[in-house]
Amino acid sequence: MAWQVAALQQLLNGLALGSVYALIALGYTMVYGIIKLINFAHGEMYMLGAYFGFYAITMFKLSLFPAMLVSMVAAAVVGVLLERIAYRPLRNSPRISVLITAIGASLLFQSTAQLVFGAAFKPFPQAMPFRRIQLGPVFITNRQLLIFGVSVVLMVALHLLVTYTKFGKAMRAVARDKEAALLMGINVDRIISITFALGSALAATAGILVGMYYNRIDPYMGTMPGLKAFVAAVLGGIGIVPGAVVGGLLMGVAENLVVTLGSSTLRDAVAFAVLIVVLLVRPNGLLGKKGMEKV
Amino acid sequence: MKNKLTGLVWTALLALVYAAVRFLEGRGVLLPYHVQILSLCCINIILVVSLNLINGFTGQFSIGHAGFFAIGAYLSAYLTVKLQVPFLAAVLCGALLAGVSGVAVGLPALRLRGDYLAIATLGFGEIIRVIILNTDAVGGARGFSGIPKYTTFGLAYLIAIITVVAIHNFVSSDFGRACLAVREDEIAAESLGVNSTYFKVLAFALGASFAGAAGALFSHYLQYMAPTASQIGFLKSIDILIMLVLGGLGSLTGSVIAAIVLTILPEFLRGFAEYRMVIYPLLLIAVMIYRPAGLMAGRELSLSSLLALGKGARTHGQHS
Repeated sequence: MAWQVAALQQLLNGLALGSVYALIALGYTMVYGIIKLINFAHGEMYMLGAYFGFYAITMFKLSLFPAMLVSMVAAAVVGVLLERIAYRPLRNSPRISVLITAIGASLLFQSTAQLVFGAAFKPFPQAMPFRRIQLGPVFITNRQLLIFGVSVVLMVALHLLVTYTKFGKAMRAVARDKEAALLMGINVDRIISITFALGSALAATAGILVGMYYNRIDPYMGTMPGLKAFVAAVLGGIGIVPGAVVGGLLMGVAENLVVTLGSSTLRDAVAFAVLIVVLLVRPNGLLGKKGMEKV
Repeated sequence: MKNKLTGLVWTALLALVYAAVRFLEGRGVLLPYHVQILSLCCINIILVVSLNLINGFTGQFSIGHAGFFAIGAYLSAYLTVKLQVPFLAAVLCGALLAGVSGVAVGLPALRLRGDYLAIATLGFGEIIRVIILNTDAVGGARGFSGIPKYTTFGLAYLIAIITVVAIHNFVSSDFGRACLAVREDEIAAESLGVNSTYFKVLAFALGASFAGAAGALFSHYLQYMAPTASQIGFLKSIDILIMLVLGGLGSLTGSVIAAIVLTILPEFLRGFAEYRMVIYPLLLIAVMIYRPAGLMAGRELSLSSLLALGKGARTHGQHS
């Protein structure tokens, strides 16, 4: 009986971690859908979001949700600037050039963060008292509930935005055919900017949630979750919004199950093994089909 | 005739450089520390030039080069430390295993293109690192220490020269032309009867085996290997990539120059060490925006007149 309980507990923990991956993966997938770029610096938006939240809470004495909002806005601004300065001049260059630029941008954010915020990790302020809620044999913490709540709200909001608003329609149009969208009078540059803003804001939220969850933030915290969220996006089918959510949740669960089954140092290898298998077996991802609408 | 002359001039020049280093070392002008840095330059040249074969000449995009480097480094160290295998044989074994892994990774992964391939190679590099981290025979997370110092400047220099010459010859051969054709237009190359998968995997494996040799030299140079991101992981791959991109994809001399400059420069900038990782990425972004082909822009030795390498070198430049 014991192992079933442990597995259930890990499933729950995995879903919490997975929601965070999903939030980050959404940004990857939206940006990829719209300009076909793997934004390597996306993991850094998550890191910056955590730091923005940290300073909003410690220096400006904001409570959790206002701090989250401030951090989302700040990260959105950084994301938009990144696209303006580094990616836009390269929009018609070979994709490899843009990819190298993205890697450069990622390193730049990391090392700048190290200079500005310090290389040592910071304990994230606990803006919420820790509580454990017993659910039969397993328990859930209020931080995990927060992660679930915030991610679900944001994902639903994003879904509504993409599906029902004029902006969402424009975004889907740009993703499908940039030139045609331009001819229809859609301001493509603006759509791309807003996409970066949205993606960065989601990643920033994920950063704060993880900062609270693990109680620590550091300048390199974005690298691994960034890569794993990318794998999650590929797993679900890159460019597809619900795919990012499914992929993220699956990744989180898979990782936690591996930790239960054996070594916790292997958890980082899981993501990449999953990636290679997916790319070989089903390169379009779980939800990807030819001709499927991409956002 | 011209080719022979060029070859002679090059041999003379390279011998002269070696003699000069030895002479200055004997005179005490170059301290052991300086010679160490020069050995590191040679190791980095091997890494960058071999990555150039994959990324520059064959048009693939690998960011997992450190994985092959790690295989060579750890296997050779294991062989010399635990099994007392002679060093050169260990280097060969390291290169061989790295090459074989290159085939094993390349066959499935090279079906992917561009950014997918990049992520897959990155994933492969990380998997290698995690495997090493979990292998107690090579020290696991504690790192592998007590590796004998077998790498001398002479040996590293020699292997670097062999690498550059081998890859230069490969690229100018029929095989190399096929690789270039794959880079320029894979579909057109296929339609002309070039088996693109074969050449991609060939280039990948060849590049990987040289990276393995570089790893073997490195572990017996540093005498200690740690399974960290900056030594054998993602950051190492990026380091190699930065050198490659700054030197210029598809330019061997560019790779050599960039490897030397970017190895020596940080030693002068010790006081600004924390700014190094701010400046490098900025440089990378600026190069991509303003000079995407890299400093050498796919040419060979266009700086020859500046460097006054002489007429022989210039004709060589036109040949390639």
